[in-house]
Amino acid sequence: MEAAVFILSLVDCCALIFLSVYFIITLSDLECDYINARACCSKLNKWIIPEIIGQALATVLMLVSMHWFVFILNLPVAAWNIYRYTKVPMGNMGVYDPTEIHNRGQLKSHMKEAMIKLGFHLLCFFIYLYSMILALIND
Amino acid sequence: MSAPGYTNPNPSVNNYGSSSTQNGGGAASCQNGPGQTYPAMHPSSGYYNSAPPQTYPTMTGHGAAQTGKVPVSSTDYSGNYYPNSSGPSPHPAAPGTHPPAHHYATANSPVSGAPLQHPVQSYQQATSYGVQAGYYGQQYNHPSQVHPPQQQPSLVPASSGNNLGAPLYPIVSYPSAPGSSQYGTLRSSQTAAGPPPVSTVMPLPPTQNSSQQFPQGNGATPTPAHAGYGAPPFSQTATVNGQSNAVQQHYEQNLHNPMSHHYSGAPPGSEAPNMERAPSGTPGTSVHSSPQHHPGLLYGDRRLNSAVSSVPGDHSSSSSDHEEEDEEDEEAGGDSSSTTTGSASPVPNSYESLEGGSYPDISGPPAAVPTKQQAPPFGYNYPTMHPAYQQNPAPRPDPSPSHGGYSQPGYQPYSQPFPSLTELSSALGGLSGAPELEMETLRPVNLLQERNILPPKRTPPPEPNLSSDLRKVNCSPDTFRCTLTSIPQTQALLNKARLPLGLLLHPFRDLTLPVITSNTIVRCRSCRTYINPFVSFLDQRRWKCNLCYRVNDVPEEFMYNPVTRSYGEPHKRPEVQNSTVEFIASSDYMLRPPQPAVYLFVLDVSHNAVESGYLNVFCQSLLDSLDKLPGDTRTRIGFVTFDSTIHFYNLQEGLSQPQMLVVSDIEDVFLPTHDSLLVNLKESKELVKDLLNSLPGMFAHTRETQSALGPALQAAYKLMSPTGGRVSVFQTQLATVGAGHLQSREDPNLRSSTKNVQHLGPATDFYKKLALDCSGQQIGVDLFLLSSLYSDLATLACVSKYSAGSVFYYPSFHHHHNPAQRQKFHKDLQRYLARKIGFEAVMRIRCTKGLSIHTFHGNFFVRSTDLLSLANVNPDSGFAVQMSIEESLADTSLVCFQAALLYTSSKGKRRIRVHTLCLPVVSQLNDVFAGADVQAISCLLANMAIDRSISSGLSDARDALVNAVVDCLAAYRANGSNIQPSGLIAPAALRLFPLYVLALLKQKALRTGTSTRLDERVFAMCEFKSQPLHQITRMVHPDLYRIDNMTEQGALHLNDSVIPQPPLLQLTAEKLTREGAFLMDCGSVMYLWVGKCCHETFVRDVLGYPNYASIPVNMTEIPELQTMYSERTRAFLSWLLESRTFTPAFHVVKDDASVKSSFFQHLVEDRTESAFSYYEFLLHVQQQMSK
Repeated sequence: MEAAVFILSLVDCCALIFLSVYFIITLSDLECDYINARACCSKLNKWIIPEIIGQALATVLMLVSMHWFVFILNLPVAAWNIYRYTKVPMGNMGVYDPTEIHNRGQLKSHMKEAMIKLGFHLLCFFIYLYSMILALIND
Repeated sequence: MSAPGYTNPNPSVNNYGSSSTQNGGGAASCQNGPGQTYPAMHPSSGYYNSAPPQTYPTMTGHGAAQTGKVPVSSTDYSGNYYPNSSGPSPHPAAPGTHPPAHHYATANSPVSGAPLQHPVQSYQQATSYGVQAGYYGQQYNHPSQVHPPQQQPSLVPASSGNNLGAPLYPIVSYPSAPGSSQYGTLRSSQTAAGPPPVSTVMPLPPTQNSSQQFPQGNGATPTPAHAGYGAPPFSQTATVNGQSNAVQQHYEQNLHNPMSHHYSGAPPGSEAPNMERAPSGTPGTSVHSSPQHHPGLLYGDRRLNSAVSSVPGDHSSSSSDHEEEDEEDEEAGGDSSSTTTGSASPVPNSYESLEGGSYPDISGPPAAVPTKQQAPPFGYNYPTMHPAYQQNPAPRPDPSPSHGGYSQPGYQPYSQPFPSLTELSSALGGLSGAPELEMETLRPVNLLQERNILPPKRTPPPEPNLSSDLRKVNCSPDTFRCTLTSIPQTQALLNKARLPLGLLLHPFRDLTLPVITSNTIVRCRSCRTYINPFVSFLDQRRWKCNLCYRVNDVPEEFMYNPVTRSYGEPHKRPEVQNSTVEFIASSDYMLRPPQPAVYLFVLDVSHNAVESGYLNVFCQSLLDSLDKLPGDTRTRIGFVTFDSTIHFYNLQEGLSQPQMLVVSDIEDVFLPTHDSLLVNLKESKELVKDLLNSLPGMFAHTRETQSALGPALQAAYKLMSPTGGRVSVFQTQLATVGAGHLQSREDPNLRSSTKNVQHLGPATDFYKKLALDCSGQQIGVDLFLLSSLYSDLATLACVSKYSAGSVFYYPSFHHHHNPAQRQKFHKDLQRYLARKIGFEAVMRIRCTKGLSIHTFHGNFFVRSTDLLSLANVNPDSGFAVQMSIEESLADTSLVCFQAALLYTSSKGKRRIRVHTLCLPVVSQLNDVFAGADVQAISCLLANMAIDRSISSGLSDARDALVNAVVDCLAAYRANGSNIQPSGLIAPAALRLFPLYVLALLKQKALRTGTSTRLDERVFAMCEFKSQPLHQITRMVHPDLYRIDNMTEQGALHLNDSVIPQPPLLQLTAEKLTREGAFLMDCGSVMYLWVGKCCHETFVRDVLGYPNYASIPVNMTEIPELQTMYSERTRAFLSWLLESRTFTPAFHVVKDDASVKSSFFQHLVEDRTESAFSYYEFLLHVQQQMSK
């Protein structure tokens, strides 16, 4: 049972890692002017909801399997994702708005955020991996 | 026309002329050189600082306003001259202005002594004189024929001090004569090239001048006065351009100049223009060749002159003409480039020999040594170049209110090319004026004690503390302005100063500028920067980029200078002589063939719209302007109207009358037909006229009250997407049906709330998405909102904001009940329809490595980090950017910014307009404060505050503004150890900062507590974001003048009109008196407040009513009465309006009128129910500082 939870988390985490990398690559493409802001933002906005779901899934899994430490670790990230999504002004086209992404260093802060998330997911990845192996051995 | 002006009377003018002539005379040996140098000298000498430019303007007969100032400056000038003359001649100092001055000085002094002497001097200087004379003689022939009579008159004036120049004239005239002859040829070619109308105007005066000069040259008694005058014409022309365009104009002037030169007597000057324009002036080649032939001595002279003047000449030449028709100019430019003559090669040789010592003066200054390399080229260029220079200085002068003391554009050329950046930097220190300047701008001012803080005249923008060469070539502050004219070395230093760092641009404003056609546009290979005056040439074959410091090769084609028709002088190319240039781009710069001009008008015809009556005004305006729409034979036009359905109009050629096609499916808009909705304007003009005549009547009885704006815009997008173009949307109410429908969000009860204002941001992203789609298809959307009810401008404006359009708002528009608004709408439309337009444009702003742009303000879409996508670009929009310093700039002393605007002209040409601004880097906090440009800072802060109020609330933004003042003054206090502890101290450069910020807080956009309709507030915000700086400055802090007692004291004399210059008054009711009449100039609106006890003569003579009581309540213009008072007042008003593109609305305000409140709300120093007075605000700031 426990092993199944962690295997599922691991898969979820892998998906989130890939998503983070995708975000970083797309944003750096924008930074280097390989794609334009419009394309970049519509690409990234599509993945905001999946990211929220993925993160929420991992959080909920930890909650139901009562792994409090990992749950506490995941909770702020999930909350941030949801907060960020809900606070988007009415007139904006999503979390990433092509008309604003080049202003006030938004691109940089988005980039920073994606980097931090990547690090976080990598950390989670190893925690899940370790826990999964431990669970499998215990079985 | 010009001739009279020249001859005219102004002593100053005479001086000018004389001075120029003197140069010429001195040059005698110098030939062209002297005359040319002369103008150059002014700038270079730097004595004048502001004065020289003024003189120039005065010179120009055209600039009506300028003349008054000129005389004074001119006298100064002469004074300077003489001293110089006494000194050794520092010819070599290519960079320094001084050398040229000396040169001249020598020439001048003789002149002053006696005209006759000049020839002698000239002889002494140049052994080759005889040869020259011969040269001149040839030239003379042309001129003499033209204007024999004039010569004699000139003789008389010679005696006067001003006339000093006259003796010179003869000599001068010689040079000019040759020049003129050359020019004559050139001119024809140039004219053919099609310089703008302005140019044509210019030539006339010059011709007269030239004629005058010629006589002198002949040896006939040289009329000093006339000669002088003749010289002035050049300057005049220059000034004309200069007024509006300042530096930029130079360029065009150059083009034009050649023409003028031909004519003009100002030999040197005229020649110079020719030289530069050489491109245009193929004919010039012949002339050049002759100079080349001259003995080495002559060359030497020239070279000296050239060193001095050459730079200015290039610039100046451009200034003379107004650019109207770009294309023509372009062509001219093209011609010039194409024309090449072999003449160049001989010259250089001669030059070198000359350097060797033929010229005594040359040896003089040490400065010469560094310049040597440059010098040769110069000398060689000189003959032609000089004339241009002269002109260059002239342009500067304009006294128009908006202009600051701008540096003369022309000069620097000589020094620039060679010195590396570091050299330049070292030159910076040499400015004698700089320290004093700094002292003045740093003088501590106790704001609490200084009551009369406002200067009596509009202050010019601060000049960067650069060497005079660089200053002269630098971009005009009207086009390109930085909040800090001294860039701090590091971000830490910038943070310490607590001032925002940013640029304010007005890149597409109407101006005349040099147009360059060449196969290869020289750019840095790594950062793609366009070559500009601030690059350094390591040698003849390599140049170092001033933004990324990469060393690039000079392409073979660039070695040839079409202007001077010489080879091997890449630093003399117009690209390197002008900080504002325009290139004709090749197909490399096109993604598709250049689009035609396409205009689509989307008109609201619902009941509300018909009721307001705007259709009549619009149709009438368009009918009047149909022939003025910018475009060529491919121009297309279309109309769409909408209420709850969308109506298209088939205007296909051959139809007997326009066909209306109605699409009622607004959920899924489609085009009823594909090819005949946008029609060629030329072919279908009759149908278009039919439609415009019948349109107002067609919907007269409509009962449809709904508005399907969203679907109409979608239809417009579909219609335009194959070509791109401009969509003009006229809307009179809230969009109620279909996609993009809106709800009213405004609660009238909260209009005067002091709490946060809601709904400043858009309600839906529909319009934003549409705008981005439009931007992608190169469609610009301009929005005209004529509504008395809430229409949610915050949302609608997005459609223009991101497609690079403009927004116009006419609250409570009604054709009958609101005549002032109707008039304004009509005038705005006139300008709007006829103004220049650029299609499918992009703008890139580059800056020196280490600086980076992080925020953009304005109407456009930021496509990538530094690329702004502008579907349309118009001459009335400004942009702002904020920058940060990412790497220390310690290893450089100068930073540069380059804005390059690539667009398709309405005639289907792809063009690149490049502006380059150069600023010094400083390491001391005091220097940063000294270089602060308070107007630019306030404007940038306003933009930032508006962003902030949309993202995090109005009160937040207001607090941030106050904190900006508090932080800045606190930083200054913390830095200054020598400042008395008490009081509120600000550096003189920033003494108006608190006042401007207080004014900002009282603007419609940012005020609280006063009833402000949401749409008006949002519109004010849009204005801040998209208007150019000079417009915003007047909006924020209007100019107040008392005009009932204007005297001629200190008045400007332009042409034959006298423009009184009443002092600026502070914006407080304290300054108003019942006995007076006061004019408030708010940029887009003007108020004339008439006091109850105003003198009856004023009411009668200016307003045309017998007494105060009979003045109507809604008077909106001043009648043209034939009284002195009226003429004076109107002259003053038209002078104020001179530099504006949109005519402001005008209100005569009586004490009992309803507009009274809008007049009084502009008195920002007074207390209002919810805002501080100025003094209270200062106390508040002081209190905050002590926390």
